[in-house]
Amino acid sequence: MFPRIVYESFRHQARRKLLAGIAITLGVAVATAMIAVATDIGDKINRELRSYGANLVVTPQEDTLDVEVGGINLKPPSDGAFLNEADLPKIRGTFWHNNIVGFSPMLPVTVKIGSGSGAKDITLIGTYFNKPLHFGKQDFTTGVRITHPWWKVSCGDGSDKASRDCGWPADDSQNVLLGERLAAKLAKRPGDTLEVASRQLTIFGILSTGAAEDDEIVAPLALAQQILGKPGAVRRVYVSALTKPQDAFATQDPNTMSPEVRDRWYCSPYVQSIAYQLQEVIPHSHAEQIRQVAQNEGTVLSRIKGLMLLVTLAALFASALAVSSAMATAIFERRVEVGLMKALGAGNLAVSAIFFAEALLLALVGGIAGFSAGALLAHQIGRSIFNSQISIEPVLFPVILAIAVIVTFAGSAAAIRRAVKFDPVFALRGEG
Amino acid sequence: MSTTSTLHTPNQVADRRAKAPHASMFTRMLLRAAVLRRRRAAAALLAMIVAAAVATAMMNLYVDVQAKLRTEFRNYGANVVIVGKDGQSLPADALARVESATGPGSKMLAVPFSYAVARTKDGQSVVVVGTDFTRARQLNHWWKVSHWPDDPKQALIGVRAATVVSPNRQPFELTFQGKPIELTSAGMLQTGAGEDSRIYLDQSEFQNWTGVSPSTIEVAVNGTAAEVESFMRQLAQLLPSADIRPVRQIMEGEANVLNKTRATLYASATLVVLTSALCVLATLMGWVFDRRRDFAIMKALGASERLVNGFFATEAAAMGAVGAILGFFIGIGVAVWIGRANFHAPVVPRFSVFPYVFAGSIAVALISAILPITMLRRIQPAMILRGE
Repeated sequence: MFPRIVYESFRHQARRKLLAGIAITLGVAVATAMIAVATDIGDKINRELRSYGANLVVTPQEDTLDVEVGGINLKPPSDGAFLNEADLPKIRGTFWHNNIVGFSPMLPVTVKIGSGSGAKDITLIGTYFNKPLHFGKQDFTTGVRITHPWWKVSCGDGSDKASRDCGWPADDSQNVLLGERLAAKLAKRPGDTLEVASRQLTIFGILSTGAAEDDEIVAPLALAQQILGKPGAVRRVYVSALTKPQDAFATQDPNTMSPEVRDRWYCSPYVQSIAYQLQEVIPHSHAEQIRQVAQNEGTVLSRIKGLMLLVTLAALFASALAVSSAMATAIFERRVEVGLMKALGAGNLAVSAIFFAEALLLALVGGIAGFSAGALLAHQIGRSIFNSQISIEPVLFPVILAIAVIVTFAGSAAAIRRAVKFDPVFALRGEG
Repeated sequence: MSTTSTLHTPNQVADRRAKAPHASMFTRMLLRAAVLRRRRAAAALLAMIVAAAVATAMMNLYVDVQAKLRTEFRNYGANVVIVGKDGQSLPADALARVESATGPGSKMLAVPFSYAVARTKDGQSVVVVGTDFTRARQLNHWWKVSHWPDDPKQALIGVRAATVVSPNRQPFELTFQGKPIELTSAGMLQTGAGEDSRIYLDQSEFQNWTGVSPSTIEVAVNGTAAEVESFMRQLAQLLPSADIRPVRQIMEGEANVLNKTRATLYASATLVVLTSALCVLATLMGWVFDRRRDFAIMKALGASERLVNGFFATEAAAMGAVGAILGFFIGIGVAVWIGRANFHAPVVPRFSVFPYVFAGSIAVALISAILPITMLRRIQPAMILRGE
């Protein structure tokens, strides 16, 4: 009898059930999407924060002081120590290699431009633009296009449309980029040639960075090494890594830790532990966090995460309220039915059981539909805002379903109690 | 609340009814409906209030969070740099002129820097920078400094420079174009960037020694991209001899993160507002549907379609209005609390949000009243009254 009452109730009151079902589905969908977005937002914003550029720099251990004023390097070019370019792909072999978004080597060389009395000292920086490298079985590309996303290359005529003979130079070419202020000073355009260290270099694009590079020449690393006469030399490497906001534990000295604590430190993606690992793979190097970038991302990240958490709570609250008010309305409309059942001798328990069974069914169906809809919604948000997938943990499914059932029950409970308490005589007479 | 207790004789009643303004029947019906079914009315109103509160809080946050985040982003340091054209020094009153510019918002910080290359005793070149320590400290929060100088003769030494000039933190001597200066080390500076190989001195001390005046002013200005741009135009007018450059690394990183956050917040806020509208819809539809007997009686007594519709619409609109007003203030409270909890700064209540919340609440309330009425209109009043 019990299943039949429930079944008939769904069959004959399809419209009302549909309304309550829709409310549950929408509520669950919003809750799922918000939880998915909130759990993933940290990772997504962390990636966006990489647009501030590298947060680590690797320098030779025995380096002399940088003597650089206003973008002009006064340090003798062959002075000081160098890193070996051949060691760089090993960065991909560190424990946290998946967190390393990219790296760019830099080799500044001071060159003379022009001849005679008009000769000027200009810094030429050798780097990777988008160089294909491989480490072990991994193939990857890296360079300033990843680590320095604010570097813009234009063709000098106001358009930034890259063409066959203008844009980012290839890493194995003899083509260079000219900083925009330097280009204006020298009155050079892409396609022109520039004599640097008795080599004819083709200008392939005009570089705008808003920093010292605007007065410099940027060339492929190999070319800078040839000009300097030091094959394989790299002055410093900028590394852009996804890190975990640092805490008191992060700043401890790994050399004073006990082995277990040290393992835990080593296996956390703190900027300090990644620096430590970079030092391990690159011989004679010193890795340091770039504090301007590294120190600030933690605060920004935690603010945004906290905000999303609060917004998610608001969303959960609103959807719980929507579900429970829909349930309350649906039950309140059925007082006559309750009256009839009670007049026929049904006890309060039996009547409540019917309503709760119906609520359970609605919650399960609405929960499953809502979870799928919410997953789709989260996917859409991820695609349209972050251009990447927002992953939904499978463990979320039972949690969401349980929440849907609990909220539906809680929302129905008060209405059911009132419906059951209502005097059947009044209900049947249609007064209420 | 019952009217029967105040009735006396039929004459008095007739008298009072005659005196009562004609329009009051409509108002009285509205009030009686609310009073007699106060539990249901309260439930519907509560849904209204909660929805309006959530919507208000979301809209407030959406507007305010961007300003809050911008303030956080200023911890990344300067976003505008002023340098002399072709490496020349800036005019002596450059700093004062920059400060006279009215930046967007109240917070604008300008820090002068002057650079010189000095030599250590053993002939090593080292870059010495003159600056204003109090300002530099405010601008560059990420500088890790063991101790800030509190005496003009004290210098702040970059960690890499320290290994060259003063490995044991002993006093050291530098010469610039033959002029020597004796300095002591106040503390170490660590940034992981170029600052590590430099020595920082107080500006006036630096100028006495080298005669070099500031060549760079770093400015941190808080505001939207358009506000920063207009600020830069203003600076260009004030300082025609200088180059005003945006720090692209900072500006673009900020724009990027801010845009993504704003878009996410927008999507979430929309979802939350829609869900709360749904909540109102469900409750109010129930409330109107539940009163189908009133509806039937009114029609049976000869009320016109327009009157009945007008009655339910007014009722819904009144509920929407009351809910919006109460909800607005609760929502402001929630937004202020979130601002405190997450950003440790008060959220300024945005009263400009109110018209939207108000209009939105009434619109949702009207929709939720009209839907059930159009459904009921098709049914004969007699059938409703018979309880079918």
